Amino acid sequence: MKVITANFVTCAVKDCKTSPASFPLHFQDAELEQQELDFQPEFIRNILPRIDWQALRTISNELGFPSLPDSKPEEEALNNEQTLKDLHRLLLETHVTEGKLTCGNCGHSYMIKEGIANFLLPSHLV
Amino acid sequence: MTSQQPGEAYEQQNVHEVYQQIAQHFSATRYKPWPIVERFLTSLTPGAVGIDVGCGNGKNLMVNRDVFIIASDRSENLARIALQHQPHSTVVADILDLPHRDASFDFAISIAVVHHLSTPARRVQAVAEIMRTVKRGSEMQEGGKILIYAWALEQKNSRRGWDKGDEQDRMVPWVRKGDQPQTFHRYYHLYAEGELERDIDNAGGRVLESGYEKDNWWAIATPKTAHDV
Repeated sequence: MKVITANFVTCAVKDCKTSPASFPLHFQDAELEQQELDFQPEFIRNILPRIDWQALRTISNELGFPSLPDSKPEEEALNNEQTLKDLHRLLLETHVTEGKLTCGNCGHSYMIKEGIANFLLPSHLV
Repeated sequence: MTSQQPGEAYEQQNVHEVYQQIAQHFSATRYKPWPIVERFLTSLTPGAVGIDVGCGNGKNLMVNRDVFIIASDRSENLARIALQHQPHSTVVADILDLPHRDASFDFAISIAVVHHLSTPARRVQAVAEIMRTVKRGSEMQEGGKILIYAWALEQKNSRRGWDKGDEQDRMVPWVRKGDQPQTFHRYYHLYAEGELERDIDNAGGRVLESGYEKDNWWAIATPKTAHDV
């Protein structure tokens, strides 16, 4: 599962969606892998406005990466190729291959196995 | 244990388990996106973020690499095949309990999926769940757009030959070829003319455009705003 995915998903339990504690989900016991992907600076520039920066900082910290800047790179900073490369590496090339994603509201954990997160709910949570 | 009553257990047995079994062969026969799907996906702004619910083998993830799609499928075997399509992402999820965030996405597609839900209420719920994830329109921004396809009852020129007035709820055979051919049956609800638009309306959507393409009904919709109610 690419790190960027965690920026767009939350708990599958309906009642959790309105709780701020359900986003972002928290990675636990994460095993990471880098998978190379062509660097497209335009793609990163275009996608960045859709990224919830505070959530990405939390996710990045929990995965043990160096802290991201306090605020989202904008304008001039988007011409800095190294900044875009670093984001490309974090968002698209970093995969969580095994581990869990846990909801901060209900405590339910979703398993990640062989790179795929499984959001199917057990019957008592549907 | 078998279930004859429409609902979750029935779909588990007559849809989900079948796709798990036929994933490889099914995928090998599904490689070309349909024209309306292609048009919808190529017209998106670069950097748009969307979802593909019931992505199957991910054939629609190949259309546009300038947008980002969080795809999902109920079948882990199919989701695993879809995973290869860059730069997108695939998860396993149920259409009625999607993990995608509320009102966050620029677009959504769900192609040949809602016809696998076995009650009218569950079909409307499925559309409502997809609708929940896309951006609400306002005077400042356009609402997110969703494209939905469902198999049509009116397909008298197809190999199956069904038409208006025929039974809409059916078990449709899938023959898995190979050394030992095996037949599986999947449940389908065939949509009558106007039914998809009605479901979208009941799910809180406003239909922007709709039509018929090769044995399927399709519609493009956006969440209703205060102006529409």
